[in-house]
Amino acid sequence: MGSAIHVDNVSKRFRLYKEKPASLKERIIRVGRNPYEEFWALRDISLDIVEGETIGLIGQNGSGKSTLLKCISGILRPTSGRITKSGRTAALLELGSGFHPDLTGRENIFLNSSIIGLTKRDTLRIFDDIVAFAELEEFIDLPVKHYSSGMYARLAFAVAVNVEPQLLLIDEVLAVGDEAFQRKCMQRIREFQTEGRTILLVTHGVETVRQICDRAAVLDHGKVISLGDPAEAVLVFRDSLLKREHEVSEEADPKTEQGSTDEWRKHQQVRITGGSIEYAQPERRYLRAGEPLRVVLQYNSPTRVDDVVFAINIHDQNGNLLFGTNTDTIDADPGSVEGKGQVVFEFEEVPLLGGIYEVSLGVHTHDGGVEYDHRAGQDVIEVLGSGKVAGIVHLPLNIKFDRD
Amino acid sequence: MTVTPESSMPVTDIAARRSPVQRMVGVWRNRELLLNLVRKELKLKYKNSTLGFFWSLLNPALYLVVFTFVFQVVLGSGLPYFAIFFLAGLLPWNLFSAALGASTSSIVGNAGLIKKVWFPREVLPLSTIGAGLVHYFLQLIVLALALAVFRYAPSLQFCLLLPAALITLLLFTAALGIALSALNVYLRDTQHLLELVLLAWFWATPIVYPYTLLSNRIGTWALANPLTAIVITFQRAVYNRTSYYDPTTNKTIEILPEESVWWYLRNLGIIASVSFVILIGALVLFGRLEDNFAEEL
Repeated sequence: MGSAIHVDNVSKRFRLYKEKPASLKERIIRVGRNPYEEFWALRDISLDIVEGETIGLIGQNGSGKSTLLKCISGILRPTSGRITKSGRTAALLELGSGFHPDLTGRENIFLNSSIIGLTKRDTLRIFDDIVAFAELEEFIDLPVKHYSSGMYARLAFAVAVNVEPQLLLIDEVLAVGDEAFQRKCMQRIREFQTEGRTILLVTHGVETVRQICDRAAVLDHGKVISLGDPAEAVLVFRDSLLKREHEVSEEADPKTEQGSTDEWRKHQQVRITGGSIEYAQPERRYLRAGEPLRVVLQYNSPTRVDDVVFAINIHDQNGNLLFGTNTDTIDADPGSVEGKGQVVFEFEEVPLLGGIYEVSLGVHTHDGGVEYDHRAGQDVIEVLGSGKVAGIVHLPLNIKFDRD
Repeated sequence: MTVTPESSMPVTDIAARRSPVQRMVGVWRNRELLLNLVRKELKLKYKNSTLGFFWSLLNPALYLVVFTFVFQVVLGSGLPYFAIFFLAGLLPWNLFSAALGASTSSIVGNAGLIKKVWFPREVLPLSTIGAGLVHYFLQLIVLALALAVFRYAPSLQFCLLLPAALITLLLFTAALGIALSALNVYLRDTQHLLELVLLAWFWATPIVYPYTLLSNRIGTWALANPLTAIVITFQRAVYNRTSYYDPTTNKTIEILPEESVWWYLRNLGIIASVSFVILIGALVLFGRLEDNFAEEL
């Protein structure tokens, strides 16, 4: 197996002009003193993409993954370094790229495939497949500006996968169309894999990476910080996400403290001094579905407080509440608190699938009228899914086959 | 569906700049894309108009009416069959100015494509020139009508020069168009500036007045304008007369140089060679400026 794409020490520098001169006059006026900042979107990236493999590129926004994809597809030229590739690339960077709204679906298919490098004869041969795959038989002679966004996306994907590219570049397009179409896309991608084609996938969807990629690379600030096993890469990626969240929250902290009024301090009789997540195996920084978990809340109450309830909420990353309770509702009255102490929430098992879940903690009065303190956005549970099941809940399952 | 064996797959260095020769080969390989883009240009131009390509015919027809009125009636120019003379030169000029204008804005106008798909970018300015060529052939209908109405016969001998003149014109337009399309990405003023330059250029080229008016004053320097050499070839072939007798002054007035086919062909040869050199330069310039197209757009 040869290498399909060989990325060798590639760097890409962008110049961010503070004021961009667009006209001749401005250019002349500003000659030689045009302030700009240099920004390295990619720094000494080396990456070998082996023929036939599916490799995922993950990273935060601005980590350089799309820039790398654009360099590989030839849209951007690296500032330094070499990229070689073999085979025909179907670049599928953003949906419907190269579609003209005023042209019909049919016209756009021919235009799009000739942009990718197909001859008319090639296109005629696969034309019906494209239309059938996109399920647009009735609408193919309509200008695409009348298409819904789903139809548009389906057509774009259909063109890209039916041109039989040796190398398929995909940027965040799998989340298009309805679920049936998504399944079809996934199935097509798996066919691609069995046919031995090479796929480079840029995505935020860590589940996709785990499900279909052979390897994954994590980009952070223009560098590859991890390359290898997808599950491993997903963890590294989550770490980098967490780091950023910390940076953000640390920046934000002084502001909230300044904003806190005396009113608030008066109520802050019980303060949460810390919180931590204790995994079943402390040396691992994550949990596997079904393992137990302890969440520890540390508090300090300078005076004796009788009216106290401790609460815990678990949210997914979209902010959906997955679990929420407090010491009141589950009849675990702490009585009164005075001085330092801790509350331990022990979960016998956490039936969550792979993902990051946020834990927020709170202390308030029984009637909920006064909130002494809360702690949010600082503790997260990382669960590593097996990739065998999809969704967010791990339902223990046994399968029996009864045959008469 | 099978995967083509690796041996037949070309290995390409994506990050390397391509030489002008590689670029020309690339355009040839992508000729089908070029044709598709030309088709797209034409389709979009007439998509929502009822008269369609008749608009393209109306443009020279209106020019013809206006200029005939101004020069023949108001200014009293004695040029016989002014319509034929004027159309012979106007149509290649229209091809030049329309194609150059469209190609200059072709990269900026296709920002969506440039930012998302790779293909040889120089195909874009070239496709607008292709569309201009189609319009030229359409506008020939107006000329053909004029010839038929006046029962006018072009020079068959000089008509043999027309393919060469057309190719020279396309070469020159392509050279400038490629360079300007890339410049326009960085200096958006280019397209506005070009409009003014084209206006001046039109009057500097003997289209509404005969070549001899220029050559009588500045001699062969008149040929320094590449468009002049091209336009007078068209006029020589279609208008097919080099002088006329003015009965009011009792003088023979020269219109076009009384020279052989070879003189005209030589002029074209020089312009074509110069254009080719400019084209190489334009491709090198395009290659350098192309690096940051996706960022600048």
